[in-house]
Amino acid sequence: MNSPQQIDVPNQAEAGQAQLYAKREPVFNRRIDGKFRRLKWAVMVVTLAIYYVTPWLRWDRGPYAPDQAVLIDLAHRRFYIFGIEIWPHEFYFVAGLLIMAGIGLFLVTSAVGRAWCGYACPQTVWTDLFQHIDRLIDGDRNARFRLYKAPWGPSKVARRLLKWSIYLAISFATGGAWILYFADAPTLFREFFAGDAAPVAYATAGVLTATTFVLGGFMREQVCIYMCPWPRIQTAMLDEKSLIVTYKDWRGEPRGSLKKAEKEPDKFGDCVDCGQCVAVCPTGYDIRKGPDIACITCALCIDACDRVMSDIGRPRGLIDYATLEDSEREKGGEKPSPHWKLIWHPRTIAYFVVWGLIGLALLFALGTRARTDISVSPDRNPPYMLMSDGSVRNSYTLKLRNMQSRPREMEIALEGLPGGIMWSDDVPRSAAARSLSRTVDADAIETVRAYVIAPAGTASQEFSFRLRSLGEDGESDVAEARFDAPGGG
Amino acid sequence: MANRRIDEATGVETVGHEWDGIEELNNPLPRWWVWTFYACIVFAIGYCIAYPAWPLISKGTEGVLGWTSRGQLATEIEKADEAKAALLASLDKASIEQIASDPELLRSAVAGGNAAFKVNCVQCHGSGAAGSRGYPNLADDDWLWGGSLPEIQQTILNGIRHPGDDRTRVSEMSAFGRDGLLSAAEIRDVTGYVLSLSGQEQPSASTQRGAEIFAANCVTCHGADAKGLRQFGAPDLTDAIWLYGGTRADIESQVNAPQHGVMPAWSERLDPVTIKMLAAYVHSLGGGEDFVEVAENPAVEVDEQPATN
Repeated sequence: MNSPQQIDVPNQAEAGQAQLYAKREPVFNRRIDGKFRRLKWAVMVVTLAIYYVTPWLRWDRGPYAPDQAVLIDLAHRRFYIFGIEIWPHEFYFVAGLLIMAGIGLFLVTSAVGRAWCGYACPQTVWTDLFQHIDRLIDGDRNARFRLYKAPWGPSKVARRLLKWSIYLAISFATGGAWILYFADAPTLFREFFAGDAAPVAYATAGVLTATTFVLGGFMREQVCIYMCPWPRIQTAMLDEKSLIVTYKDWRGEPRGSLKKAEKEPDKFGDCVDCGQCVAVCPTGYDIRKGPDIACITCALCIDACDRVMSDIGRPRGLIDYATLEDSEREKGGEKPSPHWKLIWHPRTIAYFVVWGLIGLALLFALGTRARTDISVSPDRNPPYMLMSDGSVRNSYTLKLRNMQSRPREMEIALEGLPGGIMWSDDVPRSAAARSLSRTVDADAIETVRAYVIAPAGTASQEFSFRLRSLGEDGESDVAEARFDAPGGG
Repeated sequence: MANRRIDEATGVETVGHEWDGIEELNNPLPRWWVWTFYACIVFAIGYCIAYPAWPLISKGTEGVLGWTSRGQLATEIEKADEAKAALLASLDKASIEQIASDPELLRSAVAGGNAAFKVNCVQCHGSGAAGSRGYPNLADDDWLWGGSLPEIQQTILNGIRHPGDDRTRVSEMSAFGRDGLLSAAEIRDVTGYVLSLSGQEQPSASTQRGAEIFAANCVTCHGADAKGLRQFGAPDLTDAIWLYGGTRADIESQVNAPQHGVMPAWSERLDPVTIKMLAAYVHSLGGGEDFVEVAENPAVEVDEQPATN
């Protein structure tokens, strides 16, 4: 065996080559205020409020259905979204909503670039929240950097433990709120802390607490840069008409400090190389290098740069939202097109039309869907039964669906099959008739055995069962069936 | 072969093989990967000690935990039996009539009977209980020995013509032709009469003669109206259902030298609870009769062979 030569891996400078592995540089983003920061606050408050408040909203559905406004009742296989109740066979509504959400992301990307990444994505919102905790416990950028460099001592341990417990508390609130969507929130809340909730509730809350703790507390921007597929998809979707955060290098370069620029004003651009844009960036990216997957377009650098520019008396917008097309135009000295115009390019309109059509189709389907349903499964073994008087019996299993939240009187009637009558397990043959009536429980499926008998000489034929609600709604549904008789045909 | 060298671009040694100019760098494995690998080895050793693992000549190593898949199956079956025990106990306590009046119990009994039917009964009666020639259809409304729950239960318990069971249901139609009780012409006439009962043949001089022969020889068991008598298991000859076929040839053959089916007395093979469940299942197939109505009929007691003439 040849022992491999021991060599030192040369560092980047020595090899003059890019290393494939980059160690994570921790991000200590500086506090900043500005219009985009305030927008970010607003979005955070709204999204967190929606997330935490929704399971507690009540919605009266009468005595036969839960009163939680949004409830994903996996145990009973029902989805409740305010006035809409979805049964498992209507899952296409959920699929439709998911497709709309997907196309909605395309639409947003096409209209305003990576706005989802910058403002509304849970990873962004929770990372932002956790970075505020950092600031609260450890201080702003420099203090945090010092603490990071400091050796482990009692005070650093205490601070870290305090910070991580707050992380953990937030993470638990996140994972804990998630499960409230799947059961009656007040009941589950009580049971959860009394130790009576289902194991799956604890497991789910535990897993989500752990993922929030790790993804929000520690991985942060690495999720966006390395794990998430969405930035990569967006990279393919962005074009010269997409709104991205742009450093206007034609205006800023060459950069030089304020002092140098004072000496030789003609030699330098507007960028004073203060590094504020990097200092405030939640992913630690330097926007002056140009567009990158690491830029989630949260625009905090715009806030930072605008502030510096106003402090030194230069016009704002050295870093600004701009499209590549506008950048070219601006570089050439022309005026950029107004932002509202961006929204009206063909791809955005096409996405909007598709998105809107799916939405309308779902609304139409929702408005016209029936809450009564019958399905028939015939006994195939034997296909028919000869009775002693020569008549022929076929047996069927009927499933009656009452999808309303109240019990309903329903009637099953034969349509076609001349001379045919039926009875059931609770209706004796002596009481056989053309129709049977049943009370079907609220929001339930009733299984009924139907024994259909037709006089001697009846040929095999198609007929149908009609289920009709006897209430004022008068809904009905028909299921086709086949009557088999000796001799086939 | 191996031509290890230091790759210039990365400064990493290559593994020394080259394929069409493509070489592989000998980067070290990530440490987490290596530790996972070691952990797998440790786990594998532990597993081999705890569980059956190594195949030997006659059998494998057994493992110190003594686990076997067969043992696991046995435990699972035991658990399933335990889960069913309460239900089986209440089915055992209840009479067949009591089971019928308790919907919950009846549903369980029918489900259990369905399973038992698939194992024990389908060989003759068919998986849909529709029977075949010589094996009665259990789902129609024609019953040789009665279609109420207690009657079905007794049929299953004691069987039909089962040797050695003194409560078994027995009937034996005489071989009118083979034993010379009726002549060939008389058999033709009585067959014509029987066919005319279900409207398959028009009344004629032959059926007239057949009616007289029927009155003299057959009414004891089949009844004056030929609708059969259940205490003798004698079939209704006026309906559309024929156990051994309804054509002239079939009926003549049956009058000449009748075939008689045999059903085992299941009390010898199955426990009473299973038999109750089977009775409930057969009764549920769509032809079951109400036992209250049937109770008005003479009690079904077949202690001695019915007289044959």
